[in-house]
Amino acid sequence: MTQWRFEVFNHTGFPDVHGHSILEEIKELGIKEIQAVQSARVFLIEADFDKQFAKRVAEELLTDPVCEQYIIGRSGPPAGLAKATLIEVHLKSGVTDPVAESVTNAIYDMGQKTGNVRTAKKYILLGGISQKQIDTITKKILANDCIEEVIIGNETEPPGPHLKPYEFNLVHWPVCNLDAGALTKLSKEKDLFLNLTEMQTIRNYYTELSREPTDVELETIAQTWSEHCVHKTLKSSIDFSFNDQQLHFDNLLKETVFKATKELDKNWCISVFEDNAGVVEFDSDSAICFKVETHNHPSALDPYGGAATGIGGVIRDPMGTGLGAKPIANTDIFCFGEPDKKIGDIPKGILHPKRIMKGVVAGVRDYGNRMGIPTVNGAIYFDDRYLANPLVFCGNIGLMDKNKCFKNPQTGNLIIVVGGRTGRDGIHGATFSSGQMTHEYETIFSHAVQIGNAITEKKMLDVLLKANELNLYEAITDCGAGGLSSAVGEMGEKLGAEVELEKVPLKYAGLSYTEIWISEAQERMLIAVKPEKLDEIMKIFKAENVEATVIGKFTDNKKLTLRYDGNQIAEIDMQFLHEGIPKYSRKAAWNEPELTEPAIPEKQNYNDDLLKILSSYNVASKEWVIRQYDHEVQGGSVVKPLTGEKNDGPSDAAVIKPKLNSQKAIAISCGMNPLYGDIDPYWMALAGIDEAVRNLISVGARPDRIALLDNFCWGNCTKPETLGTLVRSAQACYDGATAFKAPFISGKDSLNNEFECEDGSTISIPPTLLVSAVSIVEDVNNCVTMDLKDSDNLLFIIGETKNELGGSHYYKIRKQLGSNVPKVDLRKAPKIAEKISEAINQQLIESCHDCSEGGLAVTLAEMAFAGELGIKANLKGLPKSDDCLKASSQLFSESTSRFVVEVKQENFDNFAKLMLNLPFGQIGTVTKEKKLIIKNQNGKNIINIDNDKLKQSWQKTFNW
Amino acid sequence: MNNVKAIVLRAAGINCDTETEYALNLAGANAQRIHINQIIEKQTILDGFHIMVFPGGFSYGDDVAAGKILANQIIHHLAEAIRKFIADGKLVLGICNGFQVLTKMGILPGDDSTTPAYQNDVTITCNDSGIFEDRWVYLAPQTKRCLFIDPDKQIYMPIAHGEGKVVAKDDDTLQALIDNDHIAFKYVDEDGNEGGYPINPNGSIASIAGLTDTTGRVLGLMPHPERHIHNTQHPRWTRLKTKGQPDGMTIFKNAVNYIKNNF
Repeated sequence: MTQWRFEVFNHTGFPDVHGHSILEEIKELGIKEIQAVQSARVFLIEADFDKQFAKRVAEELLTDPVCEQYIIGRSGPPAGLAKATLIEVHLKSGVTDPVAESVTNAIYDMGQKTGNVRTAKKYILLGGISQKQIDTITKKILANDCIEEVIIGNETEPPGPHLKPYEFNLVHWPVCNLDAGALTKLSKEKDLFLNLTEMQTIRNYYTELSREPTDVELETIAQTWSEHCVHKTLKSSIDFSFNDQQLHFDNLLKETVFKATKELDKNWCISVFEDNAGVVEFDSDSAICFKVETHNHPSALDPYGGAATGIGGVIRDPMGTGLGAKPIANTDIFCFGEPDKKIGDIPKGILHPKRIMKGVVAGVRDYGNRMGIPTVNGAIYFDDRYLANPLVFCGNIGLMDKNKCFKNPQTGNLIIVVGGRTGRDGIHGATFSSGQMTHEYETIFSHAVQIGNAITEKKMLDVLLKANELNLYEAITDCGAGGLSSAVGEMGEKLGAEVELEKVPLKYAGLSYTEIWISEAQERMLIAVKPEKLDEIMKIFKAENVEATVIGKFTDNKKLTLRYDGNQIAEIDMQFLHEGIPKYSRKAAWNEPELTEPAIPEKQNYNDDLLKILSSYNVASKEWVIRQYDHEVQGGSVVKPLTGEKNDGPSDAAVIKPKLNSQKAIAISCGMNPLYGDIDPYWMALAGIDEAVRNLISVGARPDRIALLDNFCWGNCTKPETLGTLVRSAQACYDGATAFKAPFISGKDSLNNEFECEDGSTISIPPTLLVSAVSIVEDVNNCVTMDLKDSDNLLFIIGETKNELGGSHYYKIRKQLGSNVPKVDLRKAPKIAEKISEAINQQLIESCHDCSEGGLAVTLAEMAFAGELGIKANLKGLPKSDDCLKASSQLFSESTSRFVVEVKQENFDNFAKLMLNLPFGQIGTVTKEKKLIIKNQNGKNIINIDNDKLKQSWQKTFNW
Repeated sequence: MNNVKAIVLRAAGINCDTETEYALNLAGANAQRIHINQIIEKQTILDGFHIMVFPGGFSYGDDVAAGKILANQIIHHLAEAIRKFIADGKLVLGICNGFQVLTKMGILPGDDSTTPAYQNDVTITCNDSGIFEDRWVYLAPQTKRCLFIDPDKQIYMPIAHGEGKVVAKDDDTLQALIDNDHIAFKYVDEDGNEGGYPINPNGSIASIAGLTDTTGRVLGLMPHPERHIHNTQHPRWTRLKTKGQPDGMTIFKNAVNYIKNNF
């Protein structure tokens, strides 16, 4: 076969958008020598066709006839310009290349077959730069070491993928005669991330069997017992010392988060903490399920791929819940280092936070949008402790048949893998994500990065929904962390399973049986099918070109048996695999830190403070991110992430209709406040729950149907003081869920988010609890948004403002922390939520916005500029605690459980009647003049700013 | 006739098919989503339908260029069937990715008696911003020929795309598009005036948001009419509380009514 090389460039006169954005990024790096960047797409196609056909491929398929031109062969540097650098970026061998697949199919449509097809990008940098600068540009902008290979100059091409077939060779990893030191060494050498107790348990198991384990057996156990898969820390027994008290938990999770759910015992909870997502009732026929996952470690290494596979992975959770749900909404919450960090201040082995942020946003965008699932809710937090460990939370909500919320795999069912092929990608993802990162991870663990192809997943989703409708399978689950190992292991836990690994379809030859078994290649689901339904289900898959393969069957011997070409390579008792993991006991401690309130003199006016808070990273508009997500696909959008007269105000929660022909909907929100955790993680967690609830209530959701999800992202929990903060937060989850009568239905943790720098120091993330929430909206026509609606309406605040500036943004802009962290009044908070909800249902409220980051002043500013109306407010009417005397506390305190609402004059009486006995007061009126005026208790203006200026401050930060 | 049958094309990566089917049904059609493999296998399927919709999404991942791979597949397997569909007096609508596919196939702007074909003269390419954007836009109708359109009614609906910039090879081509009445919609502001970003969200030449062919029975547009068929989809519905027919419905209703009156 001939290797044809095509290069596709823009025609002169048509902008090279990609090249231009690369140039901007080079300038941002401080490299001024480059005057222009030209980009080209490169296609390497092995085929037997002739030159004439090659020209047709170029003209009809690869090149846009209007704005592009091509050459067949290799272009040199542009004539007359001596100082040009040619750089080509190729995907590493084995990395998924979706474009190549599409090109292969398209050429087949044109009537010719091809051999290997690859794509690459070519950049021509114009301007004299040094070798060092070239290295910087390729490393920081053009390519990612984990997945891409760079070729400088114009001479060579990377070798084609090695296709050497695998030769079977059964490998044993002996443990029976190893002592403690040798066991630890084995675990480390093989990246098993198993500790000594676990290794000893395994040794005892095999000693009893009088044989040595095979490599794939140890790998299977390591995957199944990984922190990522079993949450051993949260389920361990813990001795907790708190100030001077001692507390003991037999199982932390069961005695806190689960316990609240169990005690609340809501009949609308269908399946909680047992499946891939938590399931609650939606209406008489349907249920919704919700799962939020993290994909932190991979996103640190490859932000784009890590985030894309993060969202791709969490979408498969609802798809694999019960008998499968249709994904209807995505959420995403990120934590990054501050994006203006100097390059020199970034520790070795870490990508710049702005690059991480851009890559993560692009990854979520490209995968979520391609799947046709609206991304409707999210948040982004910035703190330099997230520099090395960015947090990427991806959530997905699914809609499912209420009668299909449980799996039922049976002995004799065939095990079928559906969707993408298996490759060498993502090996050791589960164990890798359970460990601590170091500056060397970038090179050592590049194979843990997975590459996604959204279209493969979308195709698979389409056919699985159809097969579900026709009741053609008995159980379904996703191949996530741990790959087939975890999926088969879990589904067959109560039965037993036999798998023939050579049957698994591969992306390329050369994979060993172990690689096949533990690969975390994306876009694969596992189903259990009765033999008599095999033909029918296969027909459905085939009709839409989705690959599905029988790889084994479920047995009744409660053993996991693996074979390769007829050779038995593993046989593990399901019981040992799933229940053999030793139980841990850990120590945890938390002592109240000694903190003080900063002394900040009171001022005549707070204009500057408000503007500064509005433009601070956490508070500033995220429109740049939000608009890159399709938040309206599927047609169910009711309350969008951006709202108001110019469609740019910040909504509190998203509302979507899962069924287009019904007025019933769901509201989705989140709450998170890592800053408070530095003072007290208990109040941090409660503030997060209160915020998530407030956000739902603000748009008109039911207070009695709120379901919560927890995501704990913590540092190294073998340190008692780190685990102590987690215990404190878990206790708050119990108290908060109980008080709001809002059960947790699902959760996930990601521990060991610490980074070991080259000098041996570690950076740990702050304790970070994300609370996600979902509730029901009975009638979308009653929904409320946060933008002011009309002049002369009255503004009220409900909830008490206290002297609680600890962890506030007012302090943060001064680099202070303080000590008076906001505390949730668990008696009052649910009552306030209930009454606001009642007022919304009675249509007494025109707009409603919760008070959160930045306090009352920020809330009023956002309501004003979103509604293109002004506010005259007076702090005299503010319900407040006795010690909340300073204007700064009244404006910026982040006390929880507070709402600002806009009420028409004629509705005042009815509204006031409802609010009786709650702390509420009128704080102002809506004005035509587009200005925010806030007077202090003595009637003096302490804030007086035009809307335009407020909005500009809020929008300029991420005007990228 | 009253049984107006609409086919909504499915293919790998198409993802607005369900809500498009719903919108057509709401407008009084009897709509069905059908996979391209099924049509290629049995092209006569098309004979049973009056309206064919190419919905939004990312067909084949928009690999190579938006809509390109699907366009290539149709050119090589279904070109004749679709030309016949149009020649039979039936209607074709391409929304977002569907518009990209119709353009890359050469169905839009289509053949003029004077100019042979625009296939190599008009295309849709990357937004000037370089990124995907979801935002609402106002559309001003430019032609009386296209039967999907109320010629006097400015409408409001969202775009959601990364490659929506309509470009022509040269000024003569653009002039021919204008002279031959191919421009269906332009992006305008609330008062009907053309402008720069974000009024024209992608940098399209002459603010083109949609094109029609010589028959007026084929429409392609980047914005999504199926996303404005309920009043609660309007981004400011909590301010406006409008009760009238949502703007997106006009496109689907006009199509259904045309078939009712002409078949």
